[in-house]
Amino acid sequence: MTMGRFHRHDDGTVHDHDHPHDHDHGHGHGHEYDHDHPHPHPQDRPDPQEHPHPQDHEVGDHSGYQTGGERIEVLEAIFGENDRLAAANRADFDAAGVRVVNLMSSPGAGKTQLLRETLRRLSPGLRIGIVEGDIETSLDADRLDGFGAAVALVNTGNGFGGECHLDAPMVRSALPRLPLADLDLIIVENVGNLVCPAEFAVGEDVKAMVYAVTEGEDKPLKYPVMFRSVDVVVMNKTDLLPHLDVDLDLFEKNLRAVNPRARLLPLSARTGEGVDAWCSWLNEIVTGPGGRSPVASTGAGVPAHGAEPSDRE
Amino acid sequence: MHELSVCTAIADAVRTHAGDRPVYEVRLCIGHLRQLVPDSLTFCWSLVADHGGLAGARLVIDEVPAEIECEACGRRTVLDHPVLLCPDCSSRLVRIIAGEECHITSIVLGDGPGTEER
Repeated sequence: MTMGRFHRHDDGTVHDHDHPHDHDHGHGHGHEYDHDHPHPHPQDRPDPQEHPHPQDHEVGDHSGYQTGGERIEVLEAIFGENDRLAAANRADFDAAGVRVVNLMSSPGAGKTQLLRETLRRLSPGLRIGIVEGDIETSLDADRLDGFGAAVALVNTGNGFGGECHLDAPMVRSALPRLPLADLDLIIVENVGNLVCPAEFAVGEDVKAMVYAVTEGEDKPLKYPVMFRSVDVVVMNKTDLLPHLDVDLDLFEKNLRAVNPRARLLPLSARTGEGVDAWCSWLNEIVTGPGGRSPVASTGAGVPAHGAEPSDRE
Repeated sequence: MHELSVCTAIADAVRTHAGDRPVYEVRLCIGHLRQLVPDSLTFCWSLVADHGGLAGARLVIDEVPAEIECEACGRRTVLDHPVLLCPDCSSRLVRIIAGEECHITSIVLGDGPGTEER
């Protein structure tokens, strides 16, 4: 398989260096998920803090790089930079004593409507801030006006048609516009998309997603990264069930196949039925110690979410 | 669109490591549970690299199949589909031991292949 090829390449070059494996620290040692792995590939996330920067240890004795075709081992999580900023966001949130929910869904599943109903119920008692991700417009942010919440809009359009998710730098850019110290809870309403947002941590404590019953039973299997990443699945638009052929047992079976532990909350943001249970969960997040996700995204290559219980070992 | 974001992140990381030096090859390790399509990554990489100062840098992707270990019976299974269920005892309490990899493993600096490929 391909891993063998990978190792042969690495051995051929890394060993030639003066500093053979000082940046390969920790792999296969002491990391909970790879201690007994049969083939020791670098699946754990390299820690940028401990990781001597390649540019540091190339100085002086590698003048041949311009023409040499020299391989340097990088071992950098593709989402490493995002995760570093997510950790910075998380530190700011913790310092301000505010808990953060990253709310994701496909377009039109009902995130904004759910937020309206949430603010209607919780806003006076709970001080809530919203980070609103929207590719080009302020339409969603406008819908949240007048509920007493602090709303910071992040347009993700960048000239190329817009980013498909909120990442940690974008959320960070919104923080100066929110009175963090005066808030109990921030809900990050991500861009509607079942793929990309699951990969980008923003510094949240917990991830939740809204699934609408109109989306069909198969979505957990089609978008397993998203469904596996979340702590709560809100099942919205239950008021439409009499008009649909959707098989909720099959949906739950599919959900459990990729995420055995997520809490499932059926509700209708339109009629309000079940919204109180969602609000109770948000209250738990604010008042309780439990339910916190790891800082890093699943994108770090760390199997910390979903089927991997975070409190293992 | 997902792969485009990912390629942008890869290019940023590669430039950090390479500085001004030319890059011949970027090698990734991508697990099958990551929902990243290698062909799509390669296509998006060509766009991002061309416009991001990494023109000509080729992308090599090592794929890692998804593998789970059952917490109940201990069986290890390589998965064809992202269904986290032990095929032996049907337990859902399984640990993912491979398939979530998502990192840059190495880069080759210069204008040609690395020494081991000559």
